[in-house]
Amino acid sequence: MSKPPKEYGIETLAIHAGARPEPVTGARNTPIYQTTAYAFEDAEHAADLFNLQTFGFIYSRLTNPTVSVLEERVASLEGGRAAVCAASGHAAQFLAFFTLLDPGDEFLASTNLYGGSITQFSHSFNRLGWNCHFVDPKDPENFRRALTPKCKAIFIEVLANPGGVVLDLEPIAAIAKDAGIPLIVDNTLATPYLCRPFEWGADIIVHSTTKFLSGHGTSMGGALIESGTFDWAKDGKFPTMTEPDPAYHGLTFYETFGDFGFTMKARTVALRDFGPAMSPANAFYTITGIESLPVRMDRHISNAKTVAAFLEAHDTVDWVSYAGLESSPYHGLAKKYLPKGAGSVFTFGLRGGYEAGVRLVESVNLFSHLANVGDTRSLILHPASTTHRQLTDEQRLAAGAGPNVVRLSIGLETADDLLADLDQGLTLTAKETT
Amino acid sequence: MAGPVNADPSPLFYDDDHLRRILKQVRTIAMVGASPNWVRPSNFAMKYLMGKGYRVIPVNPGHAGKEILEEMTYAGLSDIPDAIDMVDVFRSSGQAGGVADEVLKVYEEKGIDVVWMQLGVRDDEAARRLEGAGITVVMNRCPKIEYGRLFGELSWCGVNTGIISAKRRSL
Repeated sequence: MSKPPKEYGIETLAIHAGARPEPVTGARNTPIYQTTAYAFEDAEHAADLFNLQTFGFIYSRLTNPTVSVLEERVASLEGGRAAVCAASGHAAQFLAFFTLLDPGDEFLASTNLYGGSITQFSHSFNRLGWNCHFVDPKDPENFRRALTPKCKAIFIEVLANPGGVVLDLEPIAAIAKDAGIPLIVDNTLATPYLCRPFEWGADIIVHSTTKFLSGHGTSMGGALIESGTFDWAKDGKFPTMTEPDPAYHGLTFYETFGDFGFTMKARTVALRDFGPAMSPANAFYTITGIESLPVRMDRHISNAKTVAAFLEAHDTVDWVSYAGLESSPYHGLAKKYLPKGAGSVFTFGLRGGYEAGVRLVESVNLFSHLANVGDTRSLILHPASTTHRQLTDEQRLAAGAGPNVVRLSIGLETADDLLADLDQGLTLTAKETT
Repeated sequence: MAGPVNADPSPLFYDDDHLRRILKQVRTIAMVGASPNWVRPSNFAMKYLMGKGYRVIPVNPGHAGKEILEEMTYAGLSDIPDAIDMVDVFRSSGQAGGVADEVLKVYEEKGIDVVWMQLGVRDDEAARRLEGAGITVVMNRCPKIEYGRLFGELSWCGVNTGIISAKRRSL
């Protein structure tokens, strides 16, 4: 009896986890349950559901059968215990922090984050009394030095946006463990195909499923996943998990739901009361996208390597920040944490500065100029004038989004076509800006 | 009830088919530590299991002689007049040994085949004694959660059930 359960490969999980044939009709693909509400069996059943005392569906703001399939699938891919999905990655982050923090609490976050997360943490969260201290992650010990008694979490991106930076997950997880607080990893750019942060000691994972998981630029979404191994009761730091909840007639989430208590609380309190639910249609597109995640990621990576090597050798390019290149200072960390490849989002610097960045995004033809990553299409962006525009110059530099920086998200097109398009764009830009 | 056992160096694994067999064979459960308070997990776990067709007999000395969810409560296992298939231990790990002693006194007479210790409850020494008498032991699991996991309902709240199958589930 004492043997671990059978482990399926990630390609199998990407297709099967959470999704069996529909029991009534036998429909093999997951149906879109396009419904807002669910009929109760009787008044007693309704009461039990509202009390969280039995399993079942009430209202699609809380749970929906299509969204549930996606939740189980991402939990399974990450090797976690449970997941709750939300309308976007930002919404998933909100659910995580609302479930962890009270006003006046603090958390640490890496300076190497998606610009939108930096803004969310430093401005909007600040208005809720959740105070974020940003930490340069190059030396993991910086996190230990920045800890305060009020810190309730450490938040990092393992493969950081806008690109090229890989964080040393293991020692950061050890610091969080020593402090008795959860390490939250945004695994959007790596995806569980490239890195499974729970295996390195993370406690909570968040995703923007909008990116590689959905994979086709069709559907907004986010996910919050818990490992199931964090001890919320250890030193009284998380009363929201261990004290009776007045919003649920004194129910204690950790006691009642154990190793999936965190996502249950995020769902039944934060999602219920703030309402950023994922739509069933978006869940359906995301489920479909995930089925091909492993084959897509292999192609994303081979294309990204080809493009990064090409840019590194180009006269107009000052530097390329891609951890898949041997010249990258993060190459060693990438080999450790991302052995299948360092993703397909990265940055490079133009010799021509800010103006050249602006011109290049307008000069390319195949690359779409837009603010997203993880699409089948190759994408290009000048962070300093877009995603990282709200930051100070200092924050932009710290985040790897200085004035001459261009971000690429390499898609699944023919690699030679991508090289030719960049070559003509770079040549034209150099001519016009010198 | 304490929180889940996290610091344990030897995690417990139970084969899904094994748990499924237990949950299909068992019909009558004595729940030691059943609470009359409707907000306590023991009370609504009892209600859930009753809803799935099990007869659940509450054992709680402080409530003996009174009913919980319309079932008579007994002070101890030996006071239950009927046969019992499984004992569900809704007490702390420190009290599990005492429950095991009680089971070992009456298991032949009552027909107890299974002792199931709740989520967060584990006593390896008590388990060895029970298994020595031929009793099947499950620890640190909730039969309600495992029932939900194995028969499809737990997936509804985003839990990774670990079940992978292309077979149509029977209704």
